[in-house]
Amino acid sequence: MTGILARNEIADRLAAAGYIADPSLATALMLMDMLGRPLLLEGEAGVGKTEVAKALAKVHGSELIRLQCYEGLDRNEAIYEWNYQSQLLAIKIREQSDASALEEHIFSEKYLLERPVLAAIRRAQAPVLLIDEIDRADEEFEAFLLEVLSDFQVSIPELGTITAISIPRVVLTSNGTRELSDALRRRCLYHPLDFPDVDREARILVTRIPGIDAALALQLARLMQGVRKEGLSKTPGIAETLDWAAALVGLGVSRLDADREAVFDTLSCVLKTREDRARITREVTDRLIGKVA
Amino acid sequence: MVVHPATQDIGFAVRRRVACFLSTLRHSGFHVGLAESCDALAILANANIARPSAAKPALKALLCGRRSDWDRFDDLFDAFWFGRGVKSRVQTAPSRGPAQPSAFKGPHGRNDGAQTNLASDVERGADEQEFEATPDGRREGASRSESLGDVDFRKIADPDAMAEAHAIAERLARAMRTRLTRRDRLAARGRRIDLRRTIRASLPTGGTPIHLVHQRRRSKPLRLVVLLDASGSMNLYTAVFVRFVHGILDHFLEADAFLFHTSLVHVSDALREKDAGKALDRLSLMAKGVGGGTRIGDSLASFNRWHAVRVIHSRTCVMILSDGYDTGAPDVLGAEMAALRRRCKRIVWLNPLIGWDGYEPSARGMAAALPYVDLFAPAHSLDSLAAIEPYLAQL
Repeated sequence: MTGILARNEIADRLAAAGYIADPSLATALMLMDMLGRPLLLEGEAGVGKTEVAKALAKVHGSELIRLQCYEGLDRNEAIYEWNYQSQLLAIKIREQSDASALEEHIFSEKYLLERPVLAAIRRAQAPVLLIDEIDRADEEFEAFLLEVLSDFQVSIPELGTITAISIPRVVLTSNGTRELSDALRRRCLYHPLDFPDVDREARILVTRIPGIDAALALQLARLMQGVRKEGLSKTPGIAETLDWAAALVGLGVSRLDADREAVFDTLSCVLKTREDRARITREVTDRLIGKVA
Repeated sequence: MVVHPATQDIGFAVRRRVACFLSTLRHSGFHVGLAESCDALAILANANIARPSAAKPALKALLCGRRSDWDRFDDLFDAFWFGRGVKSRVQTAPSRGPAQPSAFKGPHGRNDGAQTNLASDVERGADEQEFEATPDGRREGASRSESLGDVDFRKIADPDAMAEAHAIAERLARAMRTRLTRRDRLAARGRRIDLRRTIRASLPTGGTPIHLVHQRRRSKPLRLVVLLDASGSMNLYTAVFVRFVHGILDHFLEADAFLFHTSLVHVSDALREKDAGKALDRLSLMAKGVGGGTRIGDSLASFNRWHAVRVIHSRTCVMILSDGYDTGAPDVLGAEMAALRRRCKRIVWLNPLIGWDGYEPSARGMAAALPYVDLFAPAHSLDSLAAIEPYLAQL
């Protein structure tokens, strides 16, 4: 295989795309190309699993096709579906015509609705296929997905087998709400994602928030570490940190300890339940800020 | 799977060593197969990442499948390739399933119990043969089970009787499962009509919908999560309860088990072993320090923090088997019970002490937990275990 990017190259390009990756993630992304395996990312909500796929698409300059999983998702919604309404209409319009010609007509490409998986294997340039929250889909769908991921071909009874024009790079994400099958885990490369450490979170802030002061980014990153240790019912993720940073920058805050009022008022960016809001009182906020100042 | 031609260049010795490494991982509970071996060789054949510093993260991404694998991989890798760490790690692991390497060190608190259980298993086997040899053996067995039903587990001293109690506990768990799931299946009937699929089905009949397609409401089977107290104060009961939990795990569609004393251990994998003796053996390796004090509050906290999202859904019943003697702070227990209560459908607390005459739930921990418990029931005898079943069936 040619054109496999080296690990450092991937890390650099990810950084250029606005994603700060640790070396082991860059290794995993490199292996995806080398071994042609999908990548399974696991971690709590808000650690940036979906962002990896978006950044990967940017790295390779390819399209991102997203399949959001949910309970009850089936092949019709994941792969392809016939456009029944148009087909019925076509049947009514051509009622007098020859039956076999009609059949050929209504089961042609024109009436085929592409869903994410079919779309992903029919692109000229290999896209990134993001299968988001696979743990929300049912076990049957998981088994079926496994089949598609190993063969990269889809058979449509009325039309024949469609083989992949290009093999998409597949990224699966899971929140761990359901245990995934061993077969799927074995098929995939695996990388667990955690909340970033202070240094990485500060770098993310500097990369993503225009006009943020490096000192403020570091303070905020350390403050977030403290907030995450408070045992909240909904631990804030990186997206929340980014929102908060944007809010603080927008309000013209340059140091957290200099403007405690603004910090307390903008807590709504990170605390998403009533209990959490009640738990982080003014005193707790002061204590947390005191630690990072 | 992509087989790289470069793989051919790798020497026989290296291939053999890689195969050994994968087999070590397999014995440690990693799910890796032939395809992974090929890809591992492909990684090593690639000049860019053949250095140990680069190969380790690459192999890690390839060979790990879950968080627990991820956490253990570095140790296993270093032990295998560089001989770092415990010597027995690599040698002892093979025959014993996915035991944590660290379980080999430290106190084997539980080991003795498992041995006696194994012994009683063997005895039970002999026992059964004896029963079958006599013509009316079966009746004798049945009558014995009746008499055992209301005896407190503490008072069963004779090893034969103990084995019998174990077997009944397991049978009971099995019976519960069959009855519960049948109720579930009857309840699942399609109500609404799926318009989209009905139109699809009407194509062969020229657009006249003759076959109606019903949409079935997905029924979630009841999931049972068992938290078993294995502290010193419970040790008269633990052996029987472990068998009971084994039966539940073996036969419920969805069940998970945790063991706690001063910390919490996820034991479903060990207990899913079909053979009860083997299961207990594996359990003993996983649960070091059993038989000491109890910190129920902290154990529940780590359950809520790390496992609850995965194992609890809207139709989950959490069953806690404990006497409620907690050495931690009662308000921690109260708060964690409240958090657990919000997540799951029902909390059943089975307390063997209720069977004792004149018992009052006055232990501080028990009193703090009680407001959040839906069913507080005795669990000192087989009859009391059987009595929970109708309650579970209603959920």
